[in-house]
Amino acid sequence: MTTVPADVVEFRGAAPWRRALRLHGWTIAVWLVLLAMVPYWRSLSQQDFKFDVQALAIDAMPLCFAAMAQAVVVISGGIDLSIGSLMAVINVLSAREMVDMSFRQALAFSLLLILLAALASGFTGLIITLTRIPDIVVTLGMLFVWQGVALWIMEIPGGGVPLDFSNLALGNVGSTSIPNAAAVVLVAWLVLWLPIRWLRPGLAIYAVGSSRNSAYLSGIGVTRTRVGAYLLAGCFTGLGGLALSASSGIGDPNSGTTYTLNSVAAVVLGGVSLLGGVGGLIGVIAAAYVLTMSKIVLLLRGTDPNYANVYQGVLIILVVVVGGLLTRKTRT
Amino acid sequence: MSDEAAPLLEARGVAKHYGPVVALRSADLSIAAGEVHALLGANGAGKSTLVKCLTGVIRPDAGTVSLGGRPTRARSPMHSARRGLSPVFQDPALVPDLTVAQNLRLTGSSIDKVRSQLAAMNLKVGFGELVGDLPLPILRMLDLARALTYDPQLLILDEITAALPSDLAARVFDVMEQRRDAGRSVLFITHRLAEVIASCDRATILRDGRHVGTMVPREGGEAQIVEIMLGPEAAHAEAKASERAEAELPAAEGQAPATKADDVLEVEDIHVGAVQGISFALRRGEVLGLAALEGQGQDELFEALAGQRKLESGELRVAGKAFRPRHPYDAVRRKVVLVPPDRLLALLPQRSVRENVAAPRYNSPLRWGPINMREEGRSVRRAVDALGIDMRASRQVRRLSGGNQQKVTIARWLAFGFAALLCNDPTRGIDVGTKRQVYALIRELATDGGAILFFSSELAEFPLVCDRVLAIYGGRVTAEFAGAAADEATLLRAMHGLELDEEAVA
Repeated sequence: MTTVPADVVEFRGAAPWRRALRLHGWTIAVWLVLLAMVPYWRSLSQQDFKFDVQALAIDAMPLCFAAMAQAVVVISGGIDLSIGSLMAVINVLSAREMVDMSFRQALAFSLLLILLAALASGFTGLIITLTRIPDIVVTLGMLFVWQGVALWIMEIPGGGVPLDFSNLALGNVGSTSIPNAAAVVLVAWLVLWLPIRWLRPGLAIYAVGSSRNSAYLSGIGVTRTRVGAYLLAGCFTGLGGLALSASSGIGDPNSGTTYTLNSVAAVVLGGVSLLGGVGGLIGVIAAAYVLTMSKIVLLLRGTDPNYANVYQGVLIILVVVVGGLLTRKTRT
Repeated sequence: MSDEAAPLLEARGVAKHYGPVVALRSADLSIAAGEVHALLGANGAGKSTLVKCLTGVIRPDAGTVSLGGRPTRARSPMHSARRGLSPVFQDPALVPDLTVAQNLRLTGSSIDKVRSQLAAMNLKVGFGELVGDLPLPILRMLDLARALTYDPQLLILDEITAALPSDLAARVFDVMEQRRDAGRSVLFITHRLAEVIASCDRATILRDGRHVGTMVPREGGEAQIVEIMLGPEAAHAEAKASERAEAELPAAEGQAPATKADDVLEVEDIHVGAVQGISFALRRGEVLGLAALEGQGQDELFEALAGQRKLESGELRVAGKAFRPRHPYDAVRRKVVLVPPDRLLALLPQRSVRENVAAPRYNSPLRWGPINMREEGRSVRRAVDALGIDMRASRQVRRLSGGNQQKVTIARWLAFGFAALLCNDPTRGIDVGTKRQVYALIRELATDGGAILFFSSELAEFPLVCDRVLAIYGGRVTAEFAGAAADEATLLRAMHGLELDEEAVA
């Protein structure tokens, strides 16, 4: 009868450093792009460094959260077009209710709002998975729903937040020169994403986004995981809405409009594949900073804001095309 | 069948249908403890559906499954794994964008145990590799190793050997034997009857979603398996078909000697990829067979003829005029058309049979204006009728069975008209009955004056279908036979580049 052939069959893939480069290359590259932009940004600015860094972090904070929310959904194989308008809902809701609150009350209310955003987003995910309607259709519908809800809560910009709450976005950490706005993003990433990323739920999100069938055959609850991804994304979206309130000090029902598509841009720029299963949040945060900084740079150069969008669009396409070509080269 | 001990797994009357398409009518399966059991049947007989029902991937519409004498209902793949049923599915259950180690963590498998299972099979795989970077055979072995770590009562292997080179397949057979020695059972699904006879204790055979027989392969042999698989009527029809094919062959040979004017497609000393200088002429009214092992240049040859690949050197002529296709469009315009080995390469899976068949009619971007629906419908219907395509699920081609999809790819060129039909393994992965129809069709097309180039991975097809056969080895033609003389042994020798007996060469 047959016996095991004596020769050992070994599969050797690419060298470890090459593999690491493939897995993390994009993230590293986005951070390098960000660093490379710094000297040019500095050369244009008249302000001192500390002030500029703070302004940049405040500007970037809502986009960071929107992009993190989008990244989680996209990694799980979906896409969420309702992020911006859900942010606006949280923004107006917090500004309306927090006006007369103390700092402590405002914080407690913030937690409630984050929970609310998570539930709202999870509900969207539930509709998608139960009806099997494509993500893009359901979330497009929710985009309009939340837009209407935001206007219903607050027709014209108004409301306010306690000063200490604003300071969460505008101040610095203790007596250091690290802006709170950056620290909050870091903490959210550490608390909300990192533990999940390295445990089974996070692996499941990647697995479902990579191949729904393989994930199912591996015993993953596909529906549960996808809804979970939307829930988690909702937490980030809620944080994004609060970031809008804290940094601007008011509620504005139209504040979220640009964030949906900008979050998609940051996700793509940050190395998350729109097909799902690939990428991480670190690159996406860097991408959000790159987008924000490029906007500031164009503003400093005196470029007409209407044309500034053209430059940004070209930048995104260029980076993604170059990145795509580079990663394809290393694939084979 | 012995009734002394309760069987490990007993399925009775399992049925499943998807809309109007019945995948499984009534399947029975009984597996004893400590046996290697084969599940056989033609394509579309319901083997994979039955496995999916047993393992909880899909829910059966009817029937009962009992495990160790107690009725069960598998709710999910994981659920059935906990009850001792570990499947290795046809498509690997490993997530491509995660590393091997991450995949194992995902399913809660022990990395050490998987590693030792792999070591027992003399395999080494880096666990930091991305699964997407690993070749398919390695993935199957990984899937197998993972399934083995659960020490399942019943290991289910769904066509695992189809994608494995023989040295890895040998390891699988060894595992099957070890399972049997340990008193565990294996359900083994395959198309290769030799494997069944060599390593299976019993075999259950399905036909059209029904259980049609259980037998001992070592006693009954290949003949009995095929007989049960085809059923009494089909076996009779098969005998008739081969009789007819035999009767037809002398007629095909007895034609007047071919002249230069009959050459539809001339190939002169071409080099492309692995092809190292091949010349031949494809004549009107003949089926020219190409016999070759994997990777001897036949794929490049087909690609070059169909305009998908540029020639490195050499010349092609169609109907005596130079033919230098730079795009499949050029080839189609000269009516040199391809039936590729992977049907999905040629089909528009989401569109209807009608659109798929009519597609080449609209291949010119310069062709504007309304479509003559009535004329299109007529020509499509003619082709569909000629091929006997099952039109029940014709709204979307992807829902057709493999055999019917293949017929659609041929029907397209039948409706469009062709000078030379290039068939690259047209019967790959389709069931015996449909294969017969394809043979008959190809013969008929040749009789009607078509010229057909025919490659197949099944050697038995050559004497049935071909007028002439060229054997290719190392990118060169090593021998030419008359179709009737191309028996398996002769072809095999020629395909391996071995010397041939004088009289076998035509």
